[in-house]
Amino acid sequence: MAAIITFVCVFWFAVVPLQHELAFGLVFSVLFQELFRFFIYKLLRKAETGLQKVAENTERITDNKHILAYVAGLGFGIISGAFSLVNVLADAVGPGTMGLKAGSQYFFITSAATSLCFILLHTFWGVIFFSAADTKNYVQLAVVVGGHMLVSSMTLFNRSQVYAASLVPLYIVTALTGVMAFRVAGGSRASLKAACSWR
Amino acid sequence: MPANVSYPDNEVANSVMKESSSQQENGVADTVAREAPADHPVPPEWHEEEEELKYGAKHVIKLFVPVSLCMLVVVATISSVNFYTTKDVYLVYTPFHEDSPDTSTKVWNAVANSLILMAVIVVMTVLLIVLYKNRCYKIIHGWLILSSLMMLFIFSYLYLEEVLRAYNVPLDYITLALLMWNFGVVGMVCIHWYGPLRLQQAYLIFVAALMALVFIKYLPEWTTWVVLAVISVWDLVAVLTPKGPLRILVETAQERNEQIFPALIYSSTYMYSYVSIVNGEDNEQASSSNQSPQSQPTNRSQESEGDPESGFSREWVSTHAERVEQRQRDIREASGGRIPNYNATAQTNVSAQPEFRELEEEERGVKLGLGDFIFYSVLVGKASSYGDWNTTLACFVAILIGLCLTLLLLAIFKKALPALPISITFGLIFYFATRQIVKPFADSLSSEQAFI
Repeated sequence: MAAIITFVCVFWFAVVPLQHELAFGLVFSVLFQELFRFFIYKLLRKAETGLQKVAENTERITDNKHILAYVAGLGFGIISGAFSLVNVLADAVGPGTMGLKAGSQYFFITSAATSLCFILLHTFWGVIFFSAADTKNYVQLAVVVGGHMLVSSMTLFNRSQVYAASLVPLYIVTALTGVMAFRVAGGSRASLKAACSWR
Repeated sequence: MPANVSYPDNEVANSVMKESSSQQENGVADTVAREAPADHPVPPEWHEEEEELKYGAKHVIKLFVPVSLCMLVVVATISSVNFYTTKDVYLVYTPFHEDSPDTSTKVWNAVANSLILMAVIVVMTVLLIVLYKNRCYKIIHGWLILSSLMMLFIFSYLYLEEVLRAYNVPLDYITLALLMWNFGVVGMVCIHWYGPLRLQQAYLIFVAALMALVFIKYLPEWTTWVVLAVISVWDLVAVLTPKGPLRILVETAQERNEQIFPALIYSSTYMYSYVSIVNGEDNEQASSSNQSPQSQPTNRSQESEGDPESGFSREWVSTHAERVEQRQRDIREASGGRIPNYNATAQTNVSAQPEFRELEEEERGVKLGLGDFIFYSVLVGKASSYGDWNTTLACFVAILIGLCLTLLLLAIFKKALPALPISITFGLIFYFATRQIVKPFADSLSSEQAFI
């Protein structure tokens, strides 16, 4: 989680001086994020043995090698979601009515929904990315990076306030990525049924 | 020798160390063999190091919660109660009020203010050490008691008044008097005497938050940041240099086998000897529990005054001692349980070894000084007072990272470490970076609702 904020600051630092066009900054941000995801992957794999020593339940980490990936992805997601949403939330408390004078009345709900998608997506991407980097599966890597670029670009549609144009594809992508991450982490329809059954 | 170590940690550690040194072949007396019972072979050193790290990691988590809570209280107050962000009067120690619009004037104003404050802090610290060395415990205890009285009654009352005013809630004086009286008295009892652990922790966190709010309100803008930086440097100097006042203080306390002002440290376990010594050593228990109440009432002779400004000058005095104690805490935290040259006492009976091990695991709590809480909260509170939550969040994470690193270093180096420099440095870097660079970009992103 520590490195996540670092990466956020660093990439913004690098990107911001260049941008006057938001899309340009956005593309670079996505690339930097994926780059830092890769760095974190390298770091965590190297530190894994050390972390196992200091972890309380060492069995749990060794059991499932996706736990580290999940945690990293979740960290990314939380920070990303927090940074996107918290200022909007703070403004939402204050006086005013959205959409009364200008703007769309669905601003806040779209904000919230999109943030949720991104948090989930980052978590899924974390799992897929780490597993793909472990097994050198370049297709999955491309899916992660490409998917990130795709959804970020889709959110650019929000500028025109036609929120459905970005939300609907976003949720579809989230669901698909979720299924993919589930598969990568070793789940299957059978295991899902087994987990859901009353035992 | 009945010289009973009043640190529970030290005592148990002494006994464990004795146990381990009697059985270790490699003769490394200063690493504590936590898992070697008396009849098992010597654990290799890496195993001990791993234990050290595990200890460090576990206690990092234990400290995250109180530090976050304190910051939460401060941030919540700052964002909801306007009183703490309006600038009317300033501390008497900061005569330069940064009124001019010229940047360079502001800068030298801030630097001058913080140098004055630093001078006051240094003088107070030295005074405290002189008092301590000359065993003027009554004065010190009275000082501390008076300062916590002030915090718990006057500042809490002012805080409550401002919160009620901000939320437009009426409250009659009778209820108020009852509330404040109970709150204050229970607080005094919990902090200076015995009380439920959680309650004591809650009171300490609240007192630290109040103090942080005072600093945020009564220091001019740029002065706050410069003070934070200067105090981190002072912390570093005072704790690590051989002639540093705090180091002298801690070493003196260790020589005398005493507990240092337990009223001003946050501890995650009971600091009272009577709880930890359950291994049947009654004489130690009796004398340690005698000792702890004795070290509690510290004297800080200040009378309260109606004028907040002169009251704050005394508050400064009290916080100096707090901060001093805070660093002693850091040192204690580092040293509690790990001082190899300290097990001069022969009082421990090594027969209760399994108990020692258990005790050790339970009561090797982590301690952090209240001054650390205060300055972390000042940083985060000040960051949040500008209204941007991204900055606040970034500073919060930075401080937690710094705390993590500090505790890790503590677990590795096992000596006195200041808790302020790393966290405050990270906090300041992240604050300025986020504010200047991240904020505009994040704002434009969120106004377009583009997500990255």
